[in-house]
Amino acid sequence: MKLNELTIDQAQEGLFRGDFSSVELVRACLARIKKADSRIKAFITVCEKKALNQAREADQQLRKGIKKRLLGIPVAFKDLFVTEGIKTTAGSQVLADFIPQYDATVVRRFKEAGAIVVGKTNLDAWGHGSSGENSAFGATRNPWNQEYVPGGSSSGSGAALAAGMCLAATGTDTGSSIRLPASFCNLVGMKNTYGRVSRFGVIAMASSFDCPGCLTKTVKDQAAILEIISGQDGADATMPDQKVPDYSRILSQETGSLKIGLPKEYFNRGIDNEVGDLVKKAIRKIIDLSGGEIIPVSLPHTKYAMPCYYILVPSEISSNLARYDGIRYGRGRDKFGDEAKRRIMLGTYALSAGYYDAFYLKAQKIRTLIKRDFEKVFSKVDVIMAPTSPTLPFKLGEKTNDPLAMYLSDILVCPVNIAGIPALNLPVGFSKNGLPVGMQIIGSQFSEEKLLRIGYTYEQATEWYKIKPKI
Amino acid sequence: MKKNMAVLEPVIGLEIHLELTTRQKMFCRCPADHFGKEPNTQTCPVCLGLPGALPYPNQKAIEDTVLLGLALGCRIPKKAKFDRKNYFYPDLPKGYQISQYDQPFALGGGLKLKIKNETYKTIRINRVHLEEDTGKLVHRLIGGRDYSLIDFNRSSVPLVEVVTEPDIASIEELIAFGKKIHQLVRYLGISPADMQKGQMRFELNLSMRPREDRKLPDYRVEVKNLNSFKFLKAAAEYEIKRQSQALIRGQKLLQETRGFNEKKMITFAQRSKEEAHDYRYFPEADIPPISWPESAIRRIKKRLPELPEAKQIRFQRDFRLNPAEAERLTREKSRADYFEKAAVEALRLKLEPAKIARAIINKRIETAHFSPIQLAERIAGQQKLNKTGRSDTTALVEKVLAKYPGEVNRYREGKIGLIQFFIGQIMKESRGLADPEITRTILLKKLNQEQNF
Ligand SMILES: [Zn+2]
Repeated sequence: MKLNELTIDQAQEGLFRGDFSSVELVRACLARIKKADSRIKAFITVCEKKALNQAREADQQLRKGIKKRLLGIPVAFKDLFVTEGIKTTAGSQVLADFIPQYDATVVRRFKEAGAIVVGKTNLDAWGHGSSGENSAFGATRNPWNQEYVPGGSSSGSGAALAAGMCLAATGTDTGSSIRLPASFCNLVGMKNTYGRVSRFGVIAMASSFDCPGCLTKTVKDQAAILEIISGQDGADATMPDQKVPDYSRILSQETGSLKIGLPKEYFNRGIDNEVGDLVKKAIRKIIDLSGGEIIPVSLPHTKYAMPCYYILVPSEISSNLARYDGIRYGRGRDKFGDEAKRRIMLGTYALSAGYYDAFYLKAQKIRTLIKRDFEKVFSKVDVIMAPTSPTLPFKLGEKTNDPLAMYLSDILVCPVNIAGIPALNLPVGFSKNGLPVGMQIIGSQFSEEKLLRIGYTYEQATEWYKIKPKI
Repeated sequence: MKKNMAVLEPVIGLEIHLELTTRQKMFCRCPADHFGKEPNTQTCPVCLGLPGALPYPNQKAIEDTVLLGLALGCRIPKKAKFDRKNYFYPDLPKGYQISQYDQPFALGGGLKLKIKNETYKTIRINRVHLEEDTGKLVHRLIGGRDYSLIDFNRSSVPLVEVVTEPDIASIEELIAFGKKIHQLVRYLGISPADMQKGQMRFELNLSMRPREDRKLPDYRVEVKNLNSFKFLKAAAEYEIKRQSQALIRGQKLLQETRGFNEKKMITFAQRSKEEAHDYRYFPEADIPPISWPESAIRRIKKRLPELPEAKQIRFQRDFRLNPAEAERLTREKSRADYFEKAAVEALRLKLEPAKIARAIINKRIETAHFSPIQLAERIAGQQKLNKTGRSDTTALVEKVLAKYPGEVNRYREGKIGLIQFFIGQIMKESRGLADPEITRTILLKKLNQEQNF
């Protein structure tokens, strides 16, 4: 097996055993980038020299027997995570030359754990999008079929990881942006509870929605990384004082018999048959493995989720993007793309005097109702299961002329962001034409360990991650 | 139709901005003390509003704001939150200011003003809220070209805003109120409110109405950025005159925002109502709402010091001062504390505390040179000197006159102002112990006596 195709868990074992060096591992990733990224366009910036220098240092530490959690492991950061001394563009021309002077908390924690930064990944500019096509630096392609989108907005992270260009890649999930690319690229990706992982140093899209996290090849890797990046940092004031469990240690504990809620609003129509069948098959598999039962549930305010999301999120966006006023970052406001302009306009309108009550305030009330929907359901069931995307990955250009159709890709995932709860995307197989399909397991606040345990049980029985795209 | 237009009265509301002198800024851990510092040396990603940076509120600043609210008799709502005030200005790095809109830390209090003798008037306080200060623009000529430079040292320094109801009815009340707030925040120790450093700034809201009219005028003129009592007074005087003249001429006045020209001491038009900003306030999602348990409010309440009025009453009672003396001594907390220590010592020395009070008020002794206890001892000693030592003073006078023959001649030629010089010299010789009144009498006698030769 090629080094760049290893999971973190496997690579770590090899590094600690001395089977190969971090330099070799990093070189394997860089070689894959060189070979394929001119087509895939997963990266905006590749840090070849820096990465190799870091790898050499890691090798020295490995020889000394130093054991850090991610020592020598090559990772990539979505280009919304600011990195000291490494250009951070947010996928927009507005920040095309911006070199931050500090590291995001997540970046710092990765570095402290010994990880090596191979580069910064492509994305829909500012995180605005579900396909990756809103990037100012070219649309990323899905490694499973390059005519298809990899899912957005963490498009580059999904594609880079699926293509074996790194061993993990960060993402941010404001409405779908970790889970959708994970689903479209046969990866594990978790939208964590709001406040689980610090937002400090993550270029803000919508502050009350943004959830930084990671895409990984396996649930085991996901647990290991979540343990490293979770918990208060004294810089993000919205993080509660919530203990960080030893996610990787409790991973193999039994889940016990499960009550699985299937919301009728998520399954009633508009779900692609192949997607629906694979998801139902996966749920049956989980019941076979853990025991349990399916309980039909209802989330009655689901139909208001998209309108609610598209009032609150653009409102926050319009304010968060105000700092790019053309004075400080060298480029004018004319460099904003269409989607950012559309959202700035929507948000500014919704917050204007005379419209605030009818739009923003009303949407806030709906947000409360959607939260309550979930709370009620979680008093009856352990988790909710549903497809991540109602459809298979779509082709590049298929939805670019219809923003509304694009927005609807998020219809099953964005209610979770409105409620601030966690959801884990698991690969559940492939369509007839070889495209990956994902399922999400949704839990109550701070129930990540439960989601990871269910995912791990299923993963061990199915091992979808062992199937790789041909690049 | 224009009946009684000649008898107009001002309706004034005031907004006071106060920089809190906490150690750290409001939303980051940079030092809050920015005055006179090298530009942009006290900054970090947060106060520069860099991409990805987040605000982390300063608990001390929040508690100081609540303390001021309590001192103003405000209600402290159980829940408060921060909001974003969105507007564009180059000194505002995020494109919005973190402020408080509809759920401030303190609501609805009042401050009692003494107007004349024993008449009091309460100016109602609408609210006290907390926000962050902005950066500062500096306009410079560099290499023959005009540049506007931005200094972010002040960015995110905690700024408290006290907003009154339109209860102020004259310039005297306006200045008295401003001074009262100034005194209060210094007493609370939350800000020195040094206007030269911009730590206290005013925004004036003023309109005019016929004296017998009880309802508020249908317009309001706001004058921004007044950073001294002198400018506040000048702006109010100018507006009263300008608006009165306009109304008497039958002009209709409109809602507007005006600036103040510090050189010409006049206000000038800035923005009409139509051009007013829509700040698009909405909740600041980066900071969770703050809720107070009753115990937290009680804890802050314990920090409330004895305020000037209470101190005055106690000084009159415990140290037998008259109201005027008590008022003079309690204007500044440091002075009141100094007096109190000296007065306690005086009581121990069987000396009238009122003598200490008079010595401090009349600046008969330079208090900066003595500890309160030394002061009490000196005055006790002086009391003895005055009783027994008239001849000592005469000797000192003679000594000083002999030392300065030139000045003596010039005095006799008519430069009678020199009397102060002689008194000063004699006080110095006596190390502050001579009684100025006795000294003056002896001195005058000596200077005039010898003229007869
Ligand atoms: Zn700072």
